[in-house]
Amino acid sequence: MKRRPTLKVIMNAVVVIFCCSYLFPVYLVIVNAFKTRAELYENILAPPKSLTLEYFYAALEKMDFIMAFKNSIIVTVISVLIIVLLSAMTAWMFVRADNKLSALLLNILILTMLIPFQTIMMPLMQEMNLLGKLLQVSLKDSLGGLIFMYVGFGAGMGVFLFHGFIKASVPVSLEEAAIIDGCNTWRVFWQIVFPILKPITVTVAILDVIWIWNDYLLPSLTLTSIGNKTVPLAMSLFFGQYNIEWNMAMAALTFTIIPVVIFYLICQKYIIKGVAAGAVKG
Amino acid sequence: MKIKKRWYALFTVPLMIMFAIVVVIPFCTGIGYSFVAWNGLAKSEKVFVGFDNYIRLFSDTQFLTSIMRTTVFTLITVVIVNLLALAFSLLVTTKLRVRNAARTMLFLPYLIGGLILGYIWRYVLGEAMSSLSEMTGMTNIFFNWLTDKNFAFYAMIVVATWQMAGYMMIVYIAGLESISDDVLEAARVDGASFFRTLIHVKLPLLMSSITICLFLTLSNCFKIYDVNVSLTGGGPNNTTEMVSMNLFNEIFTKSNFGYGQAKAILFFVIIGIITLLQVKVTKDREVEV
Repeated sequence: MKRRPTLKVIMNAVVVIFCCSYLFPVYLVIVNAFKTRAELYENILAPPKSLTLEYFYAALEKMDFIMAFKNSIIVTVISVLIIVLLSAMTAWMFVRADNKLSALLLNILILTMLIPFQTIMMPLMQEMNLLGKLLQVSLKDSLGGLIFMYVGFGAGMGVFLFHGFIKASVPVSLEEAAIIDGCNTWRVFWQIVFPILKPITVTVAILDVIWIWNDYLLPSLTLTSIGNKTVPLAMSLFFGQYNIEWNMAMAALTFTIIPVVIFYLICQKYIIKGVAAGAVKG
Repeated sequence: MKIKKRWYALFTVPLMIMFAIVVVIPFCTGIGYSFVAWNGLAKSEKVFVGFDNYIRLFSDTQFLTSIMRTTVFTLITVVIVNLLALAFSLLVTTKLRVRNAARTMLFLPYLIGGLILGYIWRYVLGEAMSSLSEMTGMTNIFFNWLTDKNFAFYAMIVVATWQMAGYMMIVYIAGLESISDDVLEAARVDGASFFRTLIHVKLPLLMSSITICLFLTLSNCFKIYDVNVSLTGGGPNNTTEMVSMNLFNEIFTKSNFGYGQAKAILFFVIIGIITLLQVKVTKDREVEV
């Protein structure tokens, strides 16, 4: 097929223009974050005349962004780490010890993935209250308690994805050779099996990061003290006020979008692959 | 391979205990809570009321309306998201030079997360629209969507679509890329046009992707909560309140813990039935290659 080069250029241009207008809301927020109050009410579409940073400082202070960001990082990183390690261990055992108990537990894990969070949120909160009293620790208003809950919720998908991968592509012969060489089960798993799991580990980690970083409902039910707020919670406090100061709101939104965009640009390949693999196998 | 019991326990018990505490036990006690009347305070008594909570659901007009509204919202959004995602995926699997950049840009909204997306659009469809109408004087084109009950509902559809279209695009791309070139070549040699190839060759081979996407969009739309909270807050006058928000408010705002939990159980049953039914219907249409 022969196509004139101009047609190709036009097609490319049309696609670029379409994609840019698709992201127009993001443009609007970022551009207006840099404007003074007068400029904002004059013309919202135009780029800023000068870069006003005053609302960024104000937003930073008002929503205590650094603190919220730190909390979000702690919760996301630790939860994802624990989910990945424990799910991989559990899934491997389920594959290698292929008995009735393993099959039953695996089925329960998979079936409960259908339960919406809203169905168990209230009884879960009651249970956490009770458990916290029994153990004399704060399970609800603490990052540790939140991490504990994320691990519980992430178990189903984690074990399911690892199980499928191990069953399909981790040969048992490697492990048997290592055992003959005198490795115990613990070392066989960490030194032989876990490194082979890298592709699916990345998938599980990416899916869990996206979920936990953006999750709002669970932390909104558990974290009450100001010092424990995560980024979505800090934003909801900000927007929950009666009169929203839009300049500052735009600056705050820009703060929350930028780390996501940076993370996305750095790990783009893994993210797109991971999301596709996760969806297809799920 | 023979595995000793203590290793089995060491590897599986920690996660299974956490899973049981966080998911299994609350699910079971949740069923129990749905049969009592309780205001959520530890010192108040839980009164057993049998199936009264469930019977009450069927005369709760606000709840029934929110179910209807969520169903309409879900049906419309699922169709738009999937058509758009399919179109996007066809666009970025062409030989265009900008295809990778397009893929990157179209997927971005999904990563930002429902709550933040809702706030971004609250600005765009509320403040920015009002400001544009003042600037241009075109009040019938630009107006605050979020204070109009019909347009607030459309706003929910727009934002949910914007959030999910890029995500589903990724799934469709994976499906399109797994179609072998031989098949497409054969269609081309036979002189099939773009649309004939799409409808008779690509779509049947994409059925498994369609199953996945319908499943994900159906359940995500029906469960929608974050966007609802941040974009409209259920307003104006509760006209955009979806089921999730209704049951959340019943429990945590109105403090009807038992009754709210009955709603939560029904919510689970509805989602389970819809998604299992859909998976069964579309799975039957998948073709083996």
